[in-house]
Amino acid sequence: MNRLLPFFGFLLLVALLGFGIWWNTQHDQREVPSPLINKPAPAFALPTLDAPDNTVSKASMLGKPYLINVFASWCVACGEEHPVLMSEASQLGVPLVGYNYKDAPDEAKAWLEKHGNPYSLIIVDREGRTAIDFGVYGAPESFLVDSKGVIRYKRIGPLTPAVIEKELKPAIAVLAKEVQP
Amino acid sequence: MIPELGQLALILALLLAMTQSVLPLLGAWRDNRALMAVARPAAAGQAVFVALAFGILTWAFVQFDFSVRYVADNSNLALPWYYRVAAVWGAHEGSLLLWIFILNLWTVALAAFSRHLPEVFVARVLGVLGLVAVGFLAFIIFTSNPFGRLLPMPPDGGDLNPVLQDPGMTFHPPVLYMGYVGFSVAFAFSIAALLGGELELAWVRWARPWTNIAWGFLSAGIVAGSWWAYAELGWGGWWFWDPVENASFMPWLVGAALVHAQAVTEKRGSLRAWTILLSIFAFSLSLLGTFLVRSGVLTSVHAFASDPRRGVFILCFLVIVVGGSLLLYALRAPKVAGGKPFAVVSRETAILIGNLMFTVAAAMVLLGTLFPLIGDALNLGKISVGPPYFGFLFTLLMLPVVLLMPFGPFLRWGKSDSPPLKRVLLRAGIAAVACAIVAAFVTDGQGKAIAGVAAAVWCGFGTLLYVFKRWREMPRGRRYPAEMAGMLLAHFGLGVFLAGVLLTESLSVERDVRLAPGQTENVGGYDFRFDGVHEAAGPNWSADQGVVTVSKHGRKIAVMHPQKRTYTRGQVQTASAIDAGFTRDLYVALGEPMDPKNVEGAWALRLYHKPFVRWIWGGGLLMMLGGFVSAGERRFRASRVDEKATTQAIPAIATQEAHA
Repeated sequence: MNRLLPFFGFLLLVALLGFGIWWNTQHDQREVPSPLINKPAPAFALPTLDAPDNTVSKASMLGKPYLINVFASWCVACGEEHPVLMSEASQLGVPLVGYNYKDAPDEAKAWLEKHGNPYSLIIVDREGRTAIDFGVYGAPESFLVDSKGVIRYKRIGPLTPAVIEKELKPAIAVLAKEVQP
Repeated sequence: MIPELGQLALILALLLAMTQSVLPLLGAWRDNRALMAVARPAAAGQAVFVALAFGILTWAFVQFDFSVRYVADNSNLALPWYYRVAAVWGAHEGSLLLWIFILNLWTVALAAFSRHLPEVFVARVLGVLGLVAVGFLAFIIFTSNPFGRLLPMPPDGGDLNPVLQDPGMTFHPPVLYMGYVGFSVAFAFSIAALLGGELELAWVRWARPWTNIAWGFLSAGIVAGSWWAYAELGWGGWWFWDPVENASFMPWLVGAALVHAQAVTEKRGSLRAWTILLSIFAFSLSLLGTFLVRSGVLTSVHAFASDPRRGVFILCFLVIVVGGSLLLYALRAPKVAGGKPFAVVSRETAILIGNLMFTVAAAMVLLGTLFPLIGDALNLGKISVGPPYFGFLFTLLMLPVVLLMPFGPFLRWGKSDSPPLKRVLLRAGIAAVACAIVAAFVTDGQGKAIAGVAAAVWCGFGTLLYVFKRWREMPRGRRYPAEMAGMLLAHFGLGVFLAGVLLTESLSVERDVRLAPGQTENVGGYDFRFDGVHEAAGPNWSADQGVVTVSKHGRKIAVMHPQKRTYTRGQVQTASAIDAGFTRDLYVALGEPMDPKNVEGAWALRLYHKPFVRWIWGGGLLMMLGGFVSAGERRFRASRVDEKATTQAIPAIATQEAHA
């Protein structure tokens, strides 16, 4: 009996590891509860891609909900996400704001020229400083900000048609109801 | 065409691995010499095909064959050739290929250097190693094929993760795997002993050099990883209790226990079952480490892939290998506590306490590493334990080890007299207290630094006391046999390591500063003058390179060039500048420009003064050396005829058999 103890201990470990695998298939690893959900978005003032002298700030965006999408020309996953944004952006019901992250403006422009531009506005964070306030892990990432400037939904990783249908559109629908009580 | 040959080579290797495992084991069971004789050629053939596959993948990287998906994902045209070679093991598929390649190196070495062992035993050992190879080759072929094609072929590839583009990182995985995988040999010896119901204990002596070398490699691999984290991550830390670091640390802890337990079993015949169990644990933890890293069960900076199919495969493999061995252990482990009796004050007792501490420490690390998983299982939410948990418990558990260590060599097997021990206590104690008092004045009463000096002197001086004793008492030439020299080196290494850890932790000065060109900041008595930033470029990156001139009392000490690199694929990576020294490191990392539009202007800089940080790795390297040197012990290599003369552990019949 004594000599079977290590074996039983190991069985417990296997049960735990098996559970871990199952758990991961049920949950998205990247589903880290963001401390920013339902908190005001950090204040930002960033130049636009088209006219670097114009800055867009959080204050100037208040009043209407919008979706921020962090992207960069160097980011491979953004390339995968891009066609989805091209087809879905017009049907979201909120403006799509591109957040060009740690990118060279020329390369970003060339990239958009080649693949199409789904964004109604693009702001540039060349050094990624403001992105730190947003808690950006890496591109692509998306933030839904409501009319009062509060982050209501966050997605780490590319938006897929399924995610847009199941998560993003319901979140936007909630915002739409709040606007017209 | 050529990549397909690589895949074919892997399939042939798998078939040979099956041959290598099934036939010799069968032969050993039925006492069929012809079947047993298959083991060596099958092992050699498998090694040839795995080496071929490895070579083909390397060739694909060297030739920029982007039609191979793995190559396209992990390299590009701008990547220099040495990093393209290192990229072979830069991601999941290739690192598994490296794993199996190294397993083959160990197997071939074992096949070559085991001519003096009984044939039945060698057949079983190679058979068990063959089984392990079957598992890994099947894993590669069915879930992680490195030769998968990518059509149409892209004109250029992605990039090797920039944090891996560092000399330290090119060596870290192979050396670490040499250690990890090396424990498979000790494991195979134990399983062979269990299978054979070995009544004689000679197998422990045969296993010892292999275990010591594997442990030495593992020490070196961990040192390389720690050094890389220090130099490359830009935080100046050297150990983070990250799940992947823990995965390599657990086998190391159990391996340290195993090295000592094997000595007891070989020399005294005691702790037989325990030694077998530890060999199983050491290799199981290596496999578990692979599972944790490769299955993506735990998220970590190192986690490459989280494909549930892979996780399930490795888990099944774990169940077969570890579960099977533990069942075998339950059925066949020696039932009677054999060996010579020992008193409370004896070397056996000291080693047993040390073993207990090492094993409990490994269990503690395992628990802490799996804690997030337990949290999910019990629905406690996202929880994880951090460095405070590990640091506190680990210090507590290692305290008895540190306190006992200087006595170890002075203790006798069986029963020890107390006068020599009292002398050690007195001399090492006085030396430690005296140095601690000096340290208290020098460091203004920094508790950790004082403890560090005391612990280091206690271990280091305590070890030297034994060196002096041997020098005085033994005739020249017999003073330090390899086994003892290795032990003394490793024990002394622990002292050096302790000094490094505790002095660095307590005396380091770290400062985040904003400096305009020409400005100076004093850190730890050194004046760091920032001389601005200019452009620099490498083969596949461009960088803002800072110039920092360091001087002390007006005398120039070093000019340092920290960089902020942007790789061709856009990833940004800090390359810190380090001025290394015996008693201190100066460390500069470039942060961000204060004004993004004016990189010529002021920057945020991180300046560190880290006293004795190099001693941490120095201690680790001494331990590595200890492992290697002790493996050179003559006794381990003794042919079977000599064995009879040096020990009585082996029955005379066994020797006659070899001559028959």
